[in-house]
Amino acid sequence: MGIGEIIFWILSTGAVAFGLLCVTRKSAIMSAMMLVLTLICLSGLYLTLHAQFLAIVQIAVYAGAIMMLVLFVIMLLNLSPEDFKIGGNWKTVAGLLAAFGILAQLLAAIFMSHDKLPQTINQNASLLGTTESIGQTLYTSYSFPFEMASIILISAAVGAIILAKKRIV
Amino acid sequence: MTSLTDYLAVSAVLFMIGAAGVLFRRNAIIIFMCIELMLNSVNLTLIAFSQFLGDQTGQILVFFVMTVAAAEAAVGLAIVISLFRNKETVEIDQINLLKL
Repeated sequence: MGIGEIIFWILSTGAVAFGLLCVTRKSAIMSAMMLVLTLICLSGLYLTLHAQFLAIVQIAVYAGAIMMLVLFVIMLLNLSPEDFKIGGNWKTVAGLLAAFGILAQLLAAIFMSHDKLPQTINQNASLLGTTESIGQTLYTSYSFPFEMASIILISAAVGAIILAKKRIV
Repeated sequence: MTSLTDYLAVSAVLFMIGAAGVLFRRNAIIIFMCIELMLNSVNLTLIAFSQFLGDQTGQILVFFVMTVAAAEAAVGLAIVISLFRNKETVEIDQINLLKL
């Protein structure tokens, strides 16, 4: 087992473990901190795939900006810890069963198509993930969607202010 | 050498954790975080496919998913705040304004 594989298994176990903790913590703050750790593990997994640009964006945008906003709202609302029991009523049991159904279906699909999938990473992979090549593609082939993204962001910002405001005028 | 199947399996497990969280938690903000977890597991799938097949389009798509997730975070949390202002709660069981 090479060093790359060991790093992959450490990061993926970390991501899954922190994800589980995120879902099962009672206090929302703890949940948010565990989600930040999951996102950092995922960013490491992006690095093992040679996607450097997205690994950095993941930390800056997800673990930085979005989770910061979530933590801000949790503190603003000052929520008390939610007491929930898995299996406490039939709804949670049904939800858990549905989730395991989804997992079984996804894993079956993945492992049945194992032979048709590529076994090794593409030899150009380290060139595809750099900021330079992503920027090149983003500003040439995808310049129109890129500009549209700015419209989405500005309308979301305006919408968020209008929704959260007490009186609009 | 880790194969594409390993990445896809990890991403499937993370997606399942997120889906389970959405289904059995009642706090709207935690449900919101579970949705972020599901989005991230799909991002991992997209990047893994992109790098194993040698096609950059997947990574461009991940970039746009992150943009939309940021917009969604802003609007979603604004909705949570205005719900809390009206109902003094973020428990989704008690938010039934549209129920007949």
